[in-house]
Amino acid sequence: MQPEFSYVLQQLMSGFGVTCTIFFLTLVMALPLGLLIAFGSMSNFKPVKLITRAFVWVIRGTPLMLQVIVVFYGPGLWFDTPVSSRLTAVVVAFVINYACYFSEIYRGGIESIARGQYEAGAVLGMTKTQIFFRVILLQVVKRIIPPMSNEIITLVKDTSLARVITVAELIKEAQEIVNIYGILWPIFFTAVFYLIFVGILTLLFNFLEKKLSYFKA
Amino acid sequence: MALLEVKNISKKFGSTSVLRDINFEVEKGEVLVLIGSSGSGKTTLLRCLNFLETPDTGTIVLNGETLVNAGAGVKRENENAVRKKRLHFGMVFQSFNLFPQYNVLRNVTLAMNMLSKESLKKPSPFKLSEIREYRKKCAEIYADNEKKALALIERVGLIDKINNYPCELSGGQCQRVAIARALALSPDILCFDEPTSALDPELTGEVLRVIKGLKSSDRTMIVVTHEMEFARGVADKVIFMSDGIIEETGTPEEVFGNPKSPKTRAFLSKAAEVV
Ligand SMILES: Nc1ncnc2c1ncn2[C@@H]1O[C@H](COP(=O)(O)OP(=O)(O)OP(=O)(O)O)[C@@H](O)[C@H]1O
Ligand SMILES: [Mg+2]
Repeated sequence: MQPEFSYVLQQLMSGFGVTCTIFFLTLVMALPLGLLIAFGSMSNFKPVKLITRAFVWVIRGTPLMLQVIVVFYGPGLWFDTPVSSRLTAVVVAFVINYACYFSEIYRGGIESIARGQYEAGAVLGMTKTQIFFRVILLQVVKRIIPPMSNEIITLVKDTSLARVITVAELIKEAQEIVNIYGILWPIFFTAVFYLIFVGILTLLFNFLEKKLSYFKA
Repeated sequence: MALLEVKNISKKFGSTSVLRDINFEVEKGEVLVLIGSSGSGKTTLLRCLNFLETPDTGTIVLNGETLVNAGAGVKRENENAVRKKRLHFGMVFQSFNLFPQYNVLRNVTLAMNMLSKESLKKPSPFKLSEIREYRKKCAEIYADNEKKALALIERVGLIDKINNYPCELSGGQCQRVAIARALALSPDILCFDEPTSALDPELTGEVLRVIKGLKSSDRTMIVVTHEMEFARGVADKVIFMSDGIIEETGTPEEVFGNPKSPKTRAFLSKAAEVV
C-alpha cells in the first residue's frame, strides 16, 4: 500500500520539527558558550589557555557522531546515571561541539582586530570591557559573518547525526517510512526541507552582511 | 613648577634599551617637538606618557601629582586608577585609529558620553522616578557633549562630515577627526605621534595647519614629527633623540639654527636632503 503524500509530509514535518529544535537550541547556547571558550583560549593565564585549547583540540579532533554517542551512553556506563532524554544528549553534544568551532572563529576574528583599536579606546579612558563591547565586538561580528554562516549552514545538516541514538529528526523519519512502505522518494524529498532552510539562512546572512557594509573594518 | 616633569625614564624591550635615562620638562602652554631618526625611541616615550607602555625606571609628575613612579616596587595598579591618570594625556596616532563603525560625531562623543555617564549616580532599578531623573540627566549631558563635539569638529574643519564614516574620509580628514576626538576629553597634554606620516604628501598640510591652529597659551602639546619645517614653526622647545637618549634640547632657533651635537647636525642635514 502506498502512503498518501499528505501523510508522508506530516511525518517529515514532525521530523523537521525535531531538526529545527536541535538547530535552534544548539545555536542559542553555542554562540555565547563559544565566546567564553574563545576568551579561555586567549587567556593570559597559561593553565586556562592550555586546558581550553586542549579541550578544543579533542572536540574538533573527534567526530561529532562519536561525541553524541559518548554523551548519551557515557553517564550511564561510567557514573550509573543514564541519560533519560535522547534529545538532551544530542543537544548537549552539539552545543559543546559547535561552541568549540565557533570559539575558533571568534578567536580569529578578535585577534584580527588591530591593536590600535584597543589602544585608541584605552587612551580615551575606556575600560577593557567598554573597549570590547563598544569598539571591538561589532568589528569582529562583521569579520566573522562569512565563516560563521558556513558553520551554521553545516549545523543544519549535521542535525541528521542525531539519528545514531534514534532521535526522530528529519532523515530518521524518512527512513521509517522507507522501511515500512518500501518506497524511496521520501528520503530524497528531505532535501527540499534542508534546501529551503539553508536558503532562508543564506538570505539572512546576506542581509546581515549588507547591514554591516556601511563601514570597513 | 613645570606642568610635566619626566625624570630618569628608561625602558628596555628584552635586552635592547629603547629609552635611557630620559629627563625633560614641559611648561603649560608649551609645544614640545620631538625629533630623531627612526628607532630612536620617540614613539615609546609618548606611549609611556599615555600608559601604553610601562617604563622600567623613572617618574612622571604632572602638576605636582606623581603619575608614574616606576622605581617604587611593581605593584599593579587597578584599572580605574590608571584610567584616571591617563586621561591627563591625549594621543593622536600615526594611523588615526578611528572607530570604523561610528560616524564622525560618534567617534568624538563616544568616550565623552561614557565618562559622563560614569560620573552620574546609578539609579536604583526599582525606583521609576530615579530612573526617569537619570535618563533626563544623561540626555542633558549628552546634548552638552554633542555641542562641545560639534564645536571641535568645526574647529578641525569637518562640520559638513559629521555623519560620515571613517571609510568615507580621506586620510587627512580622518586624522583631523582623531584630533577632535582627543581634544574632546580636554587632556592636560595632547601628544601627537607622527600625525602626518601615514598621509599622502598633499594631505599633510591640512593636518599640520590644524595642529598649528591649536597652539594657545593654555594648550600643551608634545609632537613627534619628521616634518622639520613644521617643527621649526610650531615648537617652543625641541628635543632631538638618538638611540634612546636626549642628544640635544633647546629652542627651535638653537636646535635647527645652531645645533651643538654632531649627531643633531648629521640628522638635520640628512632631513634637509630628503626635502
Ligand atoms: N613592543 C616592542 N617590542 C620590542 N621592541 C620594540 C617594541 N616597540 C618598539 N621597539 C623597538 O624600540 C625601538 C624604538 O622604537 P620607537 O617606535 O620608539 O622608535 P621611533 O623613534 O618612534 O621610530 P620611528 O621614527 O620609526 O617611528 C625600535 O628599535 C623598535 O624596534
Ligand atoms: Mg614612531
